[in-house]
Amino acid sequence: MKTVLSLRNVTHYFGGLRAVNNFNIDLPEGALWGLIGPNGAGKTTIFNLITGVYKPTEGKILFEGKDITGLKSHIIVDKGIARTFQNLRIFNELTVIDNIRVAKHFKADYKITDSILRTKKFYNEERRIKEEAYNLLKIFGLQGRMNNLAKHLPYGELRKLEIARALATKPKLLLLDEPAAGMNPREVVSLMELIHSIRDIFNLTILLVEHQMRVVMGICERIKVMDFGETIAEGNPDAIRNDRKVIEAYLGSEGGRC
Amino acid sequence: MGKIFNLQQLINGIQLGSIYALIALGYTMVYGIVRLINFAHGDFFMIGAYASYFVIIFGTLRGYHIPVILVFIISIAAGSIAAVLANKIAYKPLRYKPRISALITALGVSMFIEYLFSALPFIGPSYRAFPNEQFIKSKIFEFGNTTISNYIIIDVLVSVGLMIFLTYIVKYTRIGMAMRAVSQDKDAAKLMGIDIEKIITITFIVGGGLAGAAGLLTGVSYPRIFPYMGVLPGLKAFIAAVLGGIGNIPGAMLGSYIMGISETFATSYNSLLGEGIAFAILILVLLFRPQGLLGETVAEKV
Amino acid sequence: MRLKRDIKFLLYCLIFYIVIFSLNRYQIIINDYILNIINLSLVYVILTVSLNLINGFTGQFSIGHMGFAAVGAYISGVLTTIIWKINPSNPLNYFLFFIALIIGSIASGLIGFLLGLPTLRLRGDYLAIVTLGFGEIIRTIINNIDYVGGPRGLLGIPKFSNFTVIFIITIISVLVIRNIVFSTHGRAFKSIREDQVASELVGVNTTKYKVYAFTIGAFFAGLAGGLLCHLLQIAHPTQYGFLGTIFVLIMVYAGGMGSISGSIIAAFGLTFLSEGLRFLLRWIDDITPTFTVGIEWRMVVYSALLIIIMLYRNEGLMGKREFKILIPEEEE
Repeated sequence: MKTVLSLRNVTHYFGGLRAVNNFNIDLPEGALWGLIGPNGAGKTTIFNLITGVYKPTEGKILFEGKDITGLKSHIIVDKGIARTFQNLRIFNELTVIDNIRVAKHFKADYKITDSILRTKKFYNEERRIKEEAYNLLKIFGLQGRMNNLAKHLPYGELRKLEIARALATKPKLLLLDEPAAGMNPREVVSLMELIHSIRDIFNLTILLVEHQMRVVMGICERIKVMDFGETIAEGNPDAIRNDRKVIEAYLGSEGGRC
Repeated sequence: MGKIFNLQQLINGIQLGSIYALIALGYTMVYGIVRLINFAHGDFFMIGAYASYFVIIFGTLRGYHIPVILVFIISIAAGSIAAVLANKIAYKPLRYKPRISALITALGVSMFIEYLFSALPFIGPSYRAFPNEQFIKSKIFEFGNTTISNYIIIDVLVSVGLMIFLTYIVKYTRIGMAMRAVSQDKDAAKLMGIDIEKIITITFIVGGGLAGAAGLLTGVSYPRIFPYMGVLPGLKAFIAAVLGGIGNIPGAMLGSYIMGISETFATSYNSLLGEGIAFAILILVLLFRPQGLLGETVAEKV
Repeated sequence: MRLKRDIKFLLYCLIFYIVIFSLNRYQIIINDYILNIINLSLVYVILTVSLNLINGFTGQFSIGHMGFAAVGAYISGVLTTIIWKINPSNPLNYFLFFIALIIGSIASGLIGFLLGLPTLRLRGDYLAIVTLGFGEIIRTIINNIDYVGGPRGLLGIPKFSNFTVIFIITIISVLVIRNIVFSTHGRAFKSIREDQVASELVGVNTTKYKVYAFTIGAFFAGLAGGLLCHLLQIAHPTQYGFLGTIFVLIMVYAGGMGSISGSIIAAFGLTFLSEGLRFLLRWIDDITPTFTVGIEWRMVVYSALLIIIMLYRNEGLMGKREFKILIPEEEE
């Protein structure tokens, strides 16, 4: 089984504050794993480190065997890692389809001179991009809104759009940061199905950060638990559900009823 | 030509730095609280100079000598009032809009003030001589090759005095603590029951007041005033604040003295260099240490 | 047919050109004075649209734009003054004028590139200060070079710009920038404006694109500068200072940050307004014996205008919308 992502002894400091301590993971191809923990545990920081937003103070990050530690974000995306954001970062003043098309920009095969002169290459590439974008939106049921400005979309659809946009970069590894945040129970169920199906359709490896236990326990094959930057537990859903340290971290020691 | 380092230039540099410090403090405080580069800040300085000018002239024409303290108070008040007005009319409405809008508006306010003063018939665009002798008679002290006028001493003492006063307020009073809280986390401060807008207004009052005082001191020591006199000093004071670490009060003071001394030495060497040194410092800071000497890096939360 | 809308646009432009040109020929309504204002407006169209590319579409905060125009103006002006001195009646002169314009624009674009490379990683407010400083440094440098006239300005530039030349070059500039905006590159620019972090994280090399926007914007500013100095026959440091940039900034904001159509309207509107204001102020001056109204009052009005736009309609006239005729058909 091929390992898609490896973090080796990754530690990260923000000034004097240690946000992540000695984080290790070996994510196999096709896996659907979860990363959970109380707020401030360091989960989003891990995502930021993997995607090059920060360079880890110590440690190495390997993607498909190659060292990507400290590379610039857009290069990491090019190599095949995509992510969504905890607090939605959609291009609000762009249309739905343009949000997708931006994500296809780095694979667009024409130069600025082609744009200016409107060459045949320009038209062909634009047609290809538009078609791919449309097909992708269709999978998410967003094709009807494709010419609407993103900011006019309801919240649930924006979350889907962000996932679609991440997929538009044709990643091998998808990092989902709280994809179910703010969703009602019905939307959550639909999301869980969506995540499963995209993993299969697009041959993805998925690492997911989530607070909603139903999602994590429901779809993750394996779960890592963080608290204060440390990994405090790792295992399959049942093991984690009953792990004392995990329960303490979330609820405080001895049941935690104040 | 003389040695490059000499005491005279150092003293002149300290004088210049003291004035920059008063202006820079206002810049840095406002930036710390509302994350806005108030381009109009240099103009509060100019308003303070003109206010004191008119007061002194008024007094001289009527034949009485206006007490020094009163002129100071008036220049400080003029700066404060201008600052509060700018905040109320132009900055407050844009408080929660994109930062670029506020920046452009600040630019507009600055231009508006400058052109208005330039256009008003009783002020006009040309230089005016500041009646410093009628205000405080000049006295020159000599030490060997070095001359120190009493104006220099006044500048430095008043500046340092005001800085100490400001530091006292910020560190040891409740209002100062509220100011620090707002600059660190507006929302948390609000939740603690702090009236954000009141604190912002107070910051503008203090910042504007310091600038106004600087205007008076400048009129006294470099007795030529004109409506655009705030442009370059404002820019340099801003760069000094950036050098020290924008949002950082001791940093603004440190940066200002470094700026004042560097500029004085550079000008004595070559006048073009003197003009450009401020920008050279800015570019160096932004390239190598954008958080400034005493500033902390604030990472954007992703 | 694919280009139907563009052909319609060019047709409208042609009609406009013929009407203006004919009226001017017989000095009906469009006398030489009005034509000159139209010429100025067209130059401002290029300046506004190019600044809009940087500030409006890519969301950067560049306030030294006239510095780029100065580079284009002075370089092309110097070149043509030399050519003119060598042989005033050389039939090739016009052709050489265009070469000079291009050289000036390329130089300007190059300066934009060199300035952009180190500074575009700075945050908005800081970038503003640096670009402001850049504009002033250029002006100071020009002021101190005696060869180009220093504080007296570069005089005696041959009058190669006329309505036809300016009109054609403006149309070309607008269409070029329009084509860039409606392409994958334009979408990349806009994504940087919307959310730079997210943009980087969907694969856009944001630094590269910010520099691109800057360079292209600088190139066209240089082009506008070249056209301007050959119209006025003079290039003077004061024309290219912060004041000039503010004027263009107001046009960008009034028209709409992110709207080419808005920039065109604002450029014409404000240039004409500016002239109208001059008459209005002169008239007020004439009827008020004691109160002299100088040009400073114009600037007071402009600054107040800027503040009002920012406070009450900061999306400007058109926001981010375009006239249908400028939107390429494949976008629909």
